[in-house]
Amino acid sequence: MLRYIAKRLAGMIPLFIGITLISFVVIHLAPGDPAQFIASMNPKLSETAYQKFVKMYELDKPVLERYINWLGKFARFDFGESFSQDGKTVMEKIKERLPVTIWLNVAGMVLIFLFALPLGVLSAYYKDSLFDKGVTVFVFAGFAMPTFWLALLCMYYFGVVKGWFPISGLRSFNYDYLSTFGKIADIAKHTFMPVVISVFGGLAGISRFARNSMLDVLKEEYVTAARARGLNESRVVFTHALKNALLPVVTIIGLSVPGLIGGSVIFESIFSIPGMGQLFYQSVMMRDYPVVMGVLVIGAMLTLAGNLIADIAYAAVDPRIRYGSKKSN
Amino acid sequence: MARKRVINKAKGNILFLAGAAIVAFFVFVAVFAPLIATHDPAHIDFNSVLLPPSSVYYFGTDELGRDIFSRVVYGTRISLFVGFVAVGISVMIGTVLGLISGYFGGFTDMIVMRFVDIMLCFPSFFLILAVIAFLNPSVFNVMAVIGLTSWMGVTRLVRAEVMSVRTRDYITAARIQGISTAKILFKHIFPNVFTPIFITATLGIAGAILTESALSFLGLGVQPPVPSWGNILTAGKDNILFAWWLSFFPGIAIFITVLGYNLLGEGLRDVLDPKE
Repeated sequence: MLRYIAKRLAGMIPLFIGITLISFVVIHLAPGDPAQFIASMNPKLSETAYQKFVKMYELDKPVLERYINWLGKFARFDFGESFSQDGKTVMEKIKERLPVTIWLNVAGMVLIFLFALPLGVLSAYYKDSLFDKGVTVFVFAGFAMPTFWLALLCMYYFGVVKGWFPISGLRSFNYDYLSTFGKIADIAKHTFMPVVISVFGGLAGISRFARNSMLDVLKEEYVTAARARGLNESRVVFTHALKNALLPVVTIIGLSVPGLIGGSVIFESIFSIPGMGQLFYQSVMMRDYPVVMGVLVIGAMLTLAGNLIADIAYAAVDPRIRYGSKKSN
Repeated sequence: MARKRVINKAKGNILFLAGAAIVAFFVFVAVFAPLIATHDPAHIDFNSVLLPPSSVYYFGTDELGRDIFSRVVYGTRISLFVGFVAVGISVMIGTVLGLISGYFGGFTDMIVMRFVDIMLCFPSFFLILAVIAFLNPSVFNVMAVIGLTSWMGVTRLVRAEVMSVRTRDYITAARIQGISTAKILFKHIFPNVFTPIFITATLGIAGAILTESALSFLGLGVQPPVPSWGNILTAGKDNILFAWWLSFFPGIAIFITVLGYNLLGEGLRDVLDPKE
C-alpha cells in the first residue's frame, strides 16, 4: 500500500510542474504596459502596486530565469503580497478562507454520496419502473438547473418569504455570545441552504453514474451464479452486486473535486460566505493579481489532493489496483 | 447506411423529439428576435421601473424600466452564439489533439495526455475567471476562454476512437497506397469519430450556456447593456426582495434551453448508436 501511495505521489510531479507552467502562462496575460495595467485595475491602486507586481513576478527578467525563480517561490507557497490596503500576504488571506470552503465542500460531498448512491442503485435495480423514470427526470432537471438561479429562488422563498434560514454570511451577530452548541447550530443554519443547493447540483451526475455502474454489475455472471445458488435476493444485491458497483463510484470523488471547488465561487458570492471562492471572486473583480494567482494554484492543488485521496481509497477497496498494477499508468 | 432506420428510431425517441423541439424553438426565437420582441431591449424608461408582468410587459420591467420579455428574447441570441462558438473552439482543439494523440501514439500521445491531465487539475471555473480577470470581460473573451478550457473530454473521446480503428485493414491499405498522414487522419479516420463528437458537442453547448450565464451573472461575462440571461439575473439578485420576475424568467429560459440540449444529446446517443 505504501509503495502504491509513493508511486501515485511520484506520478503527480509532472502534473505539479504542468500546473505551475500553465499558471505562469496565465500571469503573462496581464497588461504589459504600466499605464494600461493601472487603468485596468481598481482605480484606488497605483503605480506602487504595479511596481510590486513587476518585482514579485520579475516581469523585467528573461522568461526562463523568471519561471525558475517563480517555481522556487511557488514550492514555498510564497505568492507575495495582496494589492489590497490591508497589506496581508496572499497565503495569509487564503489560510483565513480555506477552512470554510473545505468544510462546505466536504459536507456537500458526504451528502451527495449519502443520497446519490441509494437513488442510483435502486433505480438500476428497478430499471424502467416508475421510480426509475422519476429519478431520470430528476437527473435531467439537475443537469440543466443553473444552481445560482436555484440559489436565488431558495434565498427568496426560504430566506425572505418564509424566514427559515439566514440569507447571507456564516454567523449571526450574536455568535460570540452563544454556547458551544449554539455556535454549531448557528453555523449549520447559515450553511444549510448553500450546502443543500450544491448537493442538488452534484446529485444528478453521481446518481446517474451509480445507476450505470450497478446496471453493468447486475449483468455479470457472478450475480447470476449467486442467484442460481439460491441466495436470497437482498443478499445477492447488497453483498455481491453493490460492493462491486461502488468501486468505480469511488473514482468519481476525485473527478468531482474541481467542479465543487469551482462552484464555491458562485455559492460563496451569492450567500456572502467568507470562503476561498468569495476571496477569489473579489480578487478577480479588484484585479488583485497576486491573490488570483495564489487561489488558482491552491485550487489546482486541492484537486490533486482530491485525486490522490480517491486513488488511495480505490486501492484500499480494490486489491487488484494495489497488486496487479499492469494497467496503472 | 441505414438512414431510414435512423429516421424511424428518431421518430420513436421521446428524448430526441423533445430536445429537438426545444432547441428548434430557441433557434427560431434567436433568429426572429426583432419580430418577437415587443419593445426595444435597451430602451430605458424611468416611468415604468420594476413593473410586474402585465399585458404590456409580459415578463415585467427591470430597475431601469426596460422590458424583460424583450431582453430575454434578445438574450437567446447571446446564449446560442456563445454556446456554438465556444463548443466549436473546444471541438476543433479536442479533435485535432485527439487524432494526433491516438494515431501517432508513443511519445506524442504521452505529451498530449499529460497536457489533458494537467488541464483537468484546474477547477475550470477558477481558470476561466482568472483568465477573464486578466483579459477583461467581453462576449468574445468569454467564448474563447470557455472553448480553450473545455476541450479535454473531446480529446480523450477522439483518441480512444482513433486507437480502436487505427490498426484496421483499410487504414493499413491507405497507408500502403502512400496516402498522406493528414489525409488518412481527416478522410479515413475522422468519419469514424464524427458521431460521438457530434453527441458530445450537443451536450457541450448545454454546458457552455450554463457557464456563460454564470459568468454574466457574476458580472464577468457579457456586459450590460447587451442583454444576456445571466446579466438580467444579476439585476434580479439585487432586487430579489421586491421583483421576483426579474429572477424568474431568465432563469427559466436558461433551464429549458440547457434541458433541451441535454435531451437532444442523449436522444442522439440512442438514435445514432449503431449497436442494438
